[in-house]
Amino acid sequence: MKSIIAQNLVKTYRSGEVKALDDLSLDVEEGTVLSVLGPNGAGKTTTVRILATLLKPDSGSATVSGIDVIKHPDKVRELIGLSGQYAAVDETLTGWDNLVMFGRLYHLGKAASIKRAEDLLERFSLTDSARRPIKTYSGGMRRRLDLAASLIVQPKVLFLDEPTTGLDPRGRQEMWEVIQELVKGGVTLLLTTQYLEEADQLADEIAVIDHGKVIARGTSDALKKQVGGERLEITVENSDIAKAQEIIARISGTATHTDVRTISAPVTTGSIALMDALRALDEAKIHPLDIGLKRPSLDDVFLSLTGHVAEEEVKA
Amino acid sequence: MKNAITDSLIITKRQLLQLARVPEVLIFSTIQPVMFVLLFRFVFGGSISTGQPGGYVQLLMPGIFVQTVAFTLAATASGLAEDMKKGLIDRFRSLPIARSALVVGRTLGDSLLNILVLVVMAAAGFAVGWRPTASVLSVFSAFVFLLLFGYALSWTGIYAGLAVKDARTVQNVSFLITFPMTFLSNAFAPTTGMPKALQYVAEWNPVSTMVAACRQLFGLQNQFGATANSFPSQHPLTTSIFYMLLIMMIFVPLSVRKYKNSSN
Repeated sequence: MKSIIAQNLVKTYRSGEVKALDDLSLDVEEGTVLSVLGPNGAGKTTTVRILATLLKPDSGSATVSGIDVIKHPDKVRELIGLSGQYAAVDETLTGWDNLVMFGRLYHLGKAASIKRAEDLLERFSLTDSARRPIKTYSGGMRRRLDLAASLIVQPKVLFLDEPTTGLDPRGRQEMWEVIQELVKGGVTLLLTTQYLEEADQLADEIAVIDHGKVIARGTSDALKKQVGGERLEITVENSDIAKAQEIIARISGTATHTDVRTISAPVTTGSIALMDALRALDEAKIHPLDIGLKRPSLDDVFLSLTGHVAEEEVKA
Repeated sequence: MKNAITDSLIITKRQLLQLARVPEVLIFSTIQPVMFVLLFRFVFGGSISTGQPGGYVQLLMPGIFVQTVAFTLAATASGLAEDMKKGLIDRFRSLPIARSALVVGRTLGDSLLNILVLVVMAAAGFAVGWRPTASVLSVFSAFVFLLLFGYALSWTGIYAGLAVKDARTVQNVSFLITFPMTFLSNAFAPTTGMPKALQYVAEWNPVSTMVAACRQLFGLQNQFGATANSFPSQHPLTTSIFYMLLIMMIFVPLSVRKYKNSSN
């Protein structure tokens, strides 16, 4: 069963000037993780805001757990959890205050709200800082608290909009662990990210979006295969480049690509090709500085799909 | 409906919790009006002749009460703008709660804060010689009236906060509007000394009608500066009630609509 279905969503901002979503469709199987991957401005946040009932699309339709988000936003809100790009909690209040307040706003009742807040603080290792104002929290702690706030009613469907943007590597790692735990619990998760590694780590499926459209989707492996199979890659001294190119071309049977001192070419026989190459190089008395089989990264996928590198846009 | 009320009260409680967690805010929001009471009482009190038994402070206190409740709209606006900016509003809007709860809750919270500030100011006024002469009921109704005025005005703050979305900017904007409004009135000095054109503005100014109404309710005869023949100066209570209703009728629907459509 599909937990999330979005069909032909179109959204334009500022009276038609900026097309944020351009006929975007996607769906997420119940209990799985879909990562919506794309650079800044690709339409990730707009997609999440529409699915989480915060924004109405110009056209198109969407359902969450079979409920129409446009016609019955109130019902959808009872089923979903949302954690946005910025930690959306009250910074002057303590972690405990925040969670209890959100519990009350979900109509849990006072005792149940307190119980739930304490459970969540415990689960996200925030018990020690529970009575401190959020202002004093680190970036990673804030995000964890924000995530905790979106889990108060054990949502069936969870939307995480760039949950690790702006975190340091350690904060990101912690966040990933927390998310992986959640996924084991069976929640359906739609996660947006501009980090290819994050999609690789957390998602069952990836939808690559650019300019408001899904331009490719599939598992991380399938997307990588779409770009091409393995490549043999070898780095040699300058003096050996010509000879090495000859050898690699012979083994791969195709043209080679040379980038400074690194020569690469697609191969189909995997480790056999690697051994052949080593043997041939040894016979030619060439000692490679580096040699290996490279599988395409999601970076390659992104580059080949969009014609531009994801990270560049991130910095812009 | 029942949920809408509880939801609003939870938001109000949040605001009170904020005050408890950052008591400085509370201290400064009461120090400022008390400072005004003392400054006006002792700086202007000697030089403005009122012909009023009990002196200038009798006329001053209603003026400062009105000014103070008018100033709180800046806090309403900046608080809401802060929530908008930090994405907190998105979280609230993704919750299964009444859409009106967040704004209604905040206006109630600001009214509670006004109660506290008015009590502190009344005590300060009493200490420097303010003695209302009307009945207890009349004095009490003046305070209720002040709270209602503050409540109506807080809806303009809500609208400003939602529209501007930047706490500091909206605070400055609110100040630029409320400051001249409270001074271009009969609150601190007689309007009779102003140029003729300004006198009309001052007399129709809701701040003036509120101040005049409160003076009446506190038992003062002289309404301080009213040129006596204009409608607002003869019927300050009625005019003030009219203004409050007008403000609410314009800004409640505007704010609710703005809030529903607020999607950055």
